[in-house]
Amino acid sequence: METAIRLNRLHKSFGPTPIITDVNLDIVKGERHAIIGPNGAGKSTLFHLISGRYEPTSGDIELNGESIGGLPPYEIYRKGLSRSFQVTNIFARMSVYENIRCAVLWVKGYKYSFWNRVDNMEDVNERTEEILERINLADRAFVPAGLLAYAEQRALEIGIAIAGGNQVIILDEPTAGMSHSETEQVVELIRSVSEGKTLVMVEHDMGVVFNLADRISVLVYGRIIATDTPENIRANPAVQEAYLGVEADHE
Amino acid sequence: MLEITIFSLLNGTVYGLLLFMLSSGLTLIFSMMGILNFAHASFYMLGAYFGYTISSHIGFWPGLIFAPLIVGVMGALLERYALRHVHKHGHVAELIFTFGLAFLLEELTQFFWGTDQQAYKGPSLLDFPLFTLFDANFPAYKAFMLLISIGIFLGLLLVLTRTRVGLIIQAAITHPNMVNMLGHNVPFVFMATFGVGTALAGLAGTIAGPVMGTYPGMAHDLGSIVFVVVVFGGLGSLAGALVASLMIGIIQTFAVGLNYSVSDFLVTIGVSFPADHFLHDIWTMTLPQVAPLIPYLMLILILIFRPMGLFGTRET
Amino acid sequence: MSTLTDLRRSMVAEARRRQRLTWLISAVVLVALPWIFSSSFSISIMTQIGIAIIFALSYNMLLGQGGMLSFGHAAYFGLGGFLAMHAMNYIADGAIPLPVPLLPLIGGVIGLFFGFIIGTFSTRRAGTVFAMISLGVAELIAALSLIFVGFFGGEEGVSSNRTKGPDFFGFNFGPDIQVYYVAAFWALIAAIAMFLFSRTPAGRMANAVRDNAERAEFIGYSQRNVRMISFCLSGFFAGLAGGMFAIAYEIVTEETLNMNQSGAVLLMAYIGGVGYFIGPIIGAIIMTLLRTVLSNFTELWMLYVGLLFIATVMFVPSGLTGLLMMHGPAWKRRSLKRLLAPYAAISIPSLAVIMGVGGLLELTHFAHTTSMDDRVMTLFSIPMNIDSLLPWAGLIALFIGGVLGVRRLRPMLLDAWADANGAGGGD
Ligand SMILES: Nc1ncnc2c1ncn2[C@@H]1O[C@H](COP(=O)(O)OP(=O)(O)OP(=O)(O)O)[C@@H](O)[C@H]1O
Ligand SMILES: [Mg+2]
Repeated sequence: METAIRLNRLHKSFGPTPIITDVNLDIVKGERHAIIGPNGAGKSTLFHLISGRYEPTSGDIELNGESIGGLPPYEIYRKGLSRSFQVTNIFARMSVYENIRCAVLWVKGYKYSFWNRVDNMEDVNERTEEILERINLADRAFVPAGLLAYAEQRALEIGIAIAGGNQVIILDEPTAGMSHSETEQVVELIRSVSEGKTLVMVEHDMGVVFNLADRISVLVYGRIIATDTPENIRANPAVQEAYLGVEADHE
Repeated sequence: MLEITIFSLLNGTVYGLLLFMLSSGLTLIFSMMGILNFAHASFYMLGAYFGYTISSHIGFWPGLIFAPLIVGVMGALLERYALRHVHKHGHVAELIFTFGLAFLLEELTQFFWGTDQQAYKGPSLLDFPLFTLFDANFPAYKAFMLLISIGIFLGLLLVLTRTRVGLIIQAAITHPNMVNMLGHNVPFVFMATFGVGTALAGLAGTIAGPVMGTYPGMAHDLGSIVFVVVVFGGLGSLAGALVASLMIGIIQTFAVGLNYSVSDFLVTIGVSFPADHFLHDIWTMTLPQVAPLIPYLMLILILIFRPMGLFGTRET
Repeated sequence: MSTLTDLRRSMVAEARRRQRLTWLISAVVLVALPWIFSSSFSISIMTQIGIAIIFALSYNMLLGQGGMLSFGHAAYFGLGGFLAMHAMNYIADGAIPLPVPLLPLIGGVIGLFFGFIIGTFSTRRAGTVFAMISLGVAELIAALSLIFVGFFGGEEGVSSNRTKGPDFFGFNFGPDIQVYYVAAFWALIAAIAMFLFSRTPAGRMANAVRDNAERAEFIGYSQRNVRMISFCLSGFFAGLAGGMFAIAYEIVTEETLNMNQSGAVLLMAYIGGVGYFIGPIIGAIIMTLLRTVLSNFTELWMLYVGLLFIATVMFVPSGLTGLLMMHGPAWKRRSLKRLLAPYAAISIPSLAVIMGVGGLLELTHFAHTTSMDDRVMTLFSIPMNIDSLLPWAGLIALFIGGVLGVRRLRPMLLDAWADANGAGGGD
């Protein structure tokens, strides 16, 4: 089995405070992997490390066997990993269409071109339209992204992450703050776009996690305490104690 | 040489502390409100003009009290009725607003006082040389400026370290997002900060006007330097502002005092160039000529190599 | 084929048709203008407007499209101008066989060159750091220009003669009208080029980086490189404008690259509206007219410009173009005419306010500067004696009356506005 992402003794501290401690994890190519854990466990920080927003304090990150720790985000993206954010992070003044189109440009090979007009790029535009249909925003295409409703912005957030068609996708709480029916739609969307790809997602909604994930890792206080199939995670006493019990109290 | 050194050091300190009086207000405003006030030096100019007008009617000393007060009130009102309005459009809009304000205040100054330099004089009480060294005088008024600046500096220090308000300000400086959580009346705090900051600038203008000249371009001449000081020292750092003020003050004063050119230096190592050489201007460049460039060079270098400035902790 | 694809295709086709038509009409207008405004004064103003349009559009590549607030854009304009001026001298000496109308390209290349050098360290960040570096660089270059007398010509600047170039289809560019056509040509070319740039990947990503530099890095783009491209091209067009300035004036001084000039271009772009491609064009036209025409009537024109700028920042941050664009929905609903009467009504007290303020300012200024025996100023064609109370009281009354009138009519205007935009769906 080939690994898509390998985390090797990964550490991250902010000042004296360790947030990620000695994390080792192999994400297999083609799997859907969920990362769960209580609030403040360091899940988002882990994603920031993988995607290049933060530099690891020590340890190594590999993407398809290549070390990417400490590379800037755009280099990591170009190596085939794209991501979404927990807190919506879009181009608010541009139209929904432009948001997606910008996310398609690099992968289609146009790079920093300042001589080709985007209007003439049929491949880019058709891909953009395909994505817009998929995320159900086709009829909102020419609205400024900042004016979308919350759930629509979340859909756009995911759309930007998947637009380029990168093989490894990491999604940070894609269903955060969504209603039940919205969540169901997003789950279907994630299922279809991750077909044949590697997906890692942080998720608090256990329904979504057990529904989608092939494997689950549990992160508590910056450490991974278990990585296993959903059934085994559910049965794991350490996980129940450290996380699921706590979470059950919450809800 | 000794003479130049001593006088440059003294004058540089006077100038540097003056810069600090300006930059401390600017830093205060930036730390509390996140606004880089482009018009800060314009309040300095207003201080000088008000000081002049008051002094020509009722004397220098009342001017010293009232001019900064008027400037501070103006600053507070501007914050309340204009800047606050722009705040919701973001920091770039605020920066553009204060830029426009600087432009407008210069025009207004010319409108009310004309384009000529004003005959703003220090008090006759201080119109004597404090001491004479190697045939050169050190005027008492400059010593007075020094005293006031040091007084302001100590006052700020006391307020910041010994009072409740000071502790709040310090907290706000180190944790910019905390101001909102302090549970204080934020709009009022902002208005007061802007008022105090501009009043400090006004005071600087009131005491500097008689020495540095009271003319419509004075804000522009000092404005960019004050920016250099706060950026160089580190945005939001009062200690940085102090160090940078003194550094720039002393370096610039020295450069003006030392009349050497590049060719003087080259001659000592045995190189000389004909007068019609196409790089003639470079060979004959003198230190006093270069003096105005130094702050900007420092600004660019620090922004490239250490964007948070000497003592700063945040970048923007 | 999805409906969205069809919709997009028809929108692109429609937009393209409209753009072609716009450029065509612009070209025709540019050619025709000198026949309508044929005095040498207006031809000179139109040449200046052409230069200002290139300069302001280049500035907006930074501020409006790229989110970079520059306080030192005149550096590229001025350096381009100086180099073009020196090149003109070489041309006059017969040292380089370049036709004079191509000189702006030299300015452009110089602007590009300096943009590249300065961009390598200034485009890493936007926001305050960028603004401060631009200020420092511009102050540095302005100060250097006073030291390097050999290159910048000191206070007198550098001058040359534009008529000594190699033959160019029989034109020698002595007459101002020929220079106008050169400026009009470059203004049109530059505007088209800058517009097309905004439609390329680099141009689109400039917007993306402006909106959210961080996210742009997670879709494959280095924010620094994106800014760098805009910055260099913006330097190119600023230099081009500077080169055109050199042709038009045959003299370039330190004033072309100092802080006032940098401030002026910021004012032009902002008052016109930085959020729209056409904004800086409108700003360039209005500000040039204010500078050239208003300055004939009053010494206080800079003060009025300052007031206009502050009012724009405070009340219409989207600029004059934004103000116009606000009427788009009403225009589409064909209900714009419902606003006509309210606008006409409110313009009367508004005019009273403006005349009141302007009059008081003018009168005060006159009182400040006049001599003991010249006490009468003619304002709005009315002779006013500054020693009598009447003109002052009249102007104050005009002002107060105007303010009251505006207040009175405001609700009516707002109602009409809501009505024209379909009440409830207004704004
Ligand atoms: N830039 C930072 N500087 C200092 N501390 C940080 C920083 N970013 C995150 N932290 C801290 O790291 C811890 C982990 O944060 P993180 O956002 O990764 O948690 P999380 O597991 O994603 O939580 P949630 O479920 O709430 O999203 C938190 O205690 C947070 O305060
Ligand atoms: Mg998180």
